[in-house]
Amino acid sequence: MKSKLNLNFAIVDKARQYAREIAADTQKFIEKHTSVTIERTVARLLGIDGVDAQGVPLPNILVDNIRSNNGLSLGLSAYIGNAMIQTGKTPQQIAEAVASGELDITRLKMADMFEIRARIEEIARQTVERIRSNRRQREEYLGRYGDKKGPYLYVIVATGNIYEDIIQARAAANQGADIIAVIRTTGQSLLDFVPFGATTEGFGGTFATQENFRLMRAALDEVSEKQGRYIRLCNYCSGLCMPEIAAMGALERLDVMLNDALYGILFRDINMQRTLVDQYFSRIINGFAGVIINTGEDNYLTTADAVEEAHTVLASQFINEQFALISGIPEEQMGLGHAFEINPDLKNGFVYELAQAQMAREIFPKAPLKYMPPTKFKTGNIFRGHVQDALFNMVTVLTNQKLHLLGMLTEAIHTPLMSDRALSIENARYIFNTMADLGDELEFKKDGIITTRANQVLNEACNMLENIRRDGLFKTLEQGKFAGVKRPFTGGKGLDGVVEKQSGYFNPFVDMMLKGGNK
Amino acid sequence: MSSGLYSTKEKNFSKELDLTRLKPYGDTMNDGKVQLSFTLPVADDERAIEAARQLGAKMGLSDVQVSHHEALDKNFSFFVVYGNLTHTVDITSIKVATIDSTIMDMHGVDEFIKENIGRKLVVVGASTGTDAHTVGIDAIMNMKGYAGHYGLERYQMIEAYNLGSQVTNEDFVKKAVELKADVLLVSQTVTQKDVHVTNMVELVELLEAANLRNKVVLVAGGPRITNDLAKELGYDAGFGPGKYAEHVASFFVDEFVKRKMK
Repeated sequence: MKSKLNLNFAIVDKARQYAREIAADTQKFIEKHTSVTIERTVARLLGIDGVDAQGVPLPNILVDNIRSNNGLSLGLSAYIGNAMIQTGKTPQQIAEAVASGELDITRLKMADMFEIRARIEEIARQTVERIRSNRRQREEYLGRYGDKKGPYLYVIVATGNIYEDIIQARAAANQGADIIAVIRTTGQSLLDFVPFGATTEGFGGTFATQENFRLMRAALDEVSEKQGRYIRLCNYCSGLCMPEIAAMGALERLDVMLNDALYGILFRDINMQRTLVDQYFSRIINGFAGVIINTGEDNYLTTADAVEEAHTVLASQFINEQFALISGIPEEQMGLGHAFEINPDLKNGFVYELAQAQMAREIFPKAPLKYMPPTKFKTGNIFRGHVQDALFNMVTVLTNQKLHLLGMLTEAIHTPLMSDRALSIENARYIFNTMADLGDELEFKKDGIITTRANQVLNEACNMLENIRRDGLFKTLEQGKFAGVKRPFTGGKGLDGVVEKQSGYFNPFVDMMLKGGNK
Repeated sequence: MSSGLYSTKEKNFSKELDLTRLKPYGDTMNDGKVQLSFTLPVADDERAIEAARQLGAKMGLSDVQVSHHEALDKNFSFFVVYGNLTHTVDITSIKVATIDSTIMDMHGVDEFIKENIGRKLVVVGASTGTDAHTVGIDAIMNMKGYAGHYGLERYQMIEAYNLGSQVTNEDFVKKAVELKADVLLVSQTVTQKDVHVTNMVELVELLEAANLRNKVVLVAGGPRITNDLAKELGYDAGFGPGKYAEHVASFFVDEFVKRKMK
């Protein structure tokens, strides 16, 4: 692809190298640690599911049992594998026995570690196989129906009730949506457990549970088959349960997951050590499952200014890219995020949006970029809102953005009504069709506003990355360089769930999944 | 819309503005024109169109026109409807609680505090409850502010603490005590099934239980907050969309002085 922006690719390479070093430096810390949700994820992937009489998920009960006996640094796999040998029970039966108080898996005699590993790996392989077959099924659908060229129309449903969500999702898919995201209920990101079963009550969204995932996937498969095109399902792999939600999504064939390395730290005040440790395993799972991850840079612009802080978006995209690569996520699964959030009153605001979007396109040529609609400057004037969304749609079609979250004219009023979504889809389809090839016809003026702006943002991002490499990622977050939000190293939620690994620790899924499950 | 310009139908209504019988205005005084859109959970067909028209009539519209209809799904159809509203209201009899403090700009507020209070005011704000959105509280508090209106952090005479989002009411009260807050700002952005109301009431109850309610100026803000609602829930004021830091600040400094707080 020829650069339309005259970008200085030597700077791009330099920035990418800084980001690589930043990620590698942080990775040393990550690999020394595990967390309660990582170990609960291992439990889930070993086939443990369900809740006790009080509604506490069995993975939590197991991890709490191990943690209260100071055993978590060895990892859940060791205890479950050992309990299988000592009791002859399956992982699920072991979890039930711990829940009923019959069994304390930390008090059993320890078998030979080699044997324990062999037991666990046998079970782990079955799960890995199930996820692989989900991935194949997606590929089979895409092979049969073909994948969509051009932007995916991405809409959200958020009724709080999974059955109502299904009605809305079906309607949206019938109107032409390509990706359906089920927004989570507010507050779920701060729960240190994943609720269980089908749910019908939520605020501003619906609980992410494995059963809700399954119900929605089945409904969308039905629409996909009727329409002869594959409808993707999206959910939120963020908060205190990142890897658990990734595992549930992998098991139920979700296609897209919000999965940012820094988002929880900045916007949910989750402890930075916890988030960085958790994101690694969650991304390994998403990578292996063929899930497209969405990163959350768009959120920076809801708190920070889209013109002044544009370079922080690019710097974060570079960092997210490197963390994703370490976790085995190929570029084709990296939905790096940004947003159309420049103040509409700013002269040439649209021109700057175009520069930013084209720049991201050229710097991450293979990534299915996630582009978020205007929200911050939506006012409740639905007529103006529809125009803002139209401008946003134009940037996408001119610069080949891929995961195109549709703006809603009623943003700032309520979660979308069925008709809001239909009007948005109509708006986007109209613009994508009438301007289909306009982008190919356009070149940007040398030294014009657009090329100058893109190069300026690139330079600033590169400088920022150079500083982060010097100071380290943790210190940068403490200084409030992203989104204007400062977070202390030991502050925020969930730090007590981070544990340093001891020698002998093992998590069978890391290797199996990083190696594509061929072990 | 064809009934407007090219209508030959006699318009036998008064063209005089009568504030005791106020009606919407389209292009002629008292024509009562309204536009609305809605979805019906039935297939898009002739019967559905007639149903939409009848619903318009039941809402008090005359000359109802279904200007657009389309299927949203097999059993859902969308309508755009125009009509002339037959209802009127007497605006002269309406009383609403408006916030009647004069609006000062940032420097005005700083000067006012220097002259009338003589020390910095401590303002603590948060998006409370499960609400994860900080856009509202940020617009009022952050240094940069919103749309060119500087936030409270930039005010010389205000010590502003923005606690961010998803702050529980308990933590909020605890922090208010710790920081010796003079003013509390509560933001409620996204809310479903009126959870913001329950949450806002809970805060008032906690403040009362801690014997703090009279020691602070308590202000709420958000897209669905009105001054009336806020007052009804036990707040000193409520600010809806389109209000900036100076509106909020002008109110609380005035209230602070009026209540002879120290």
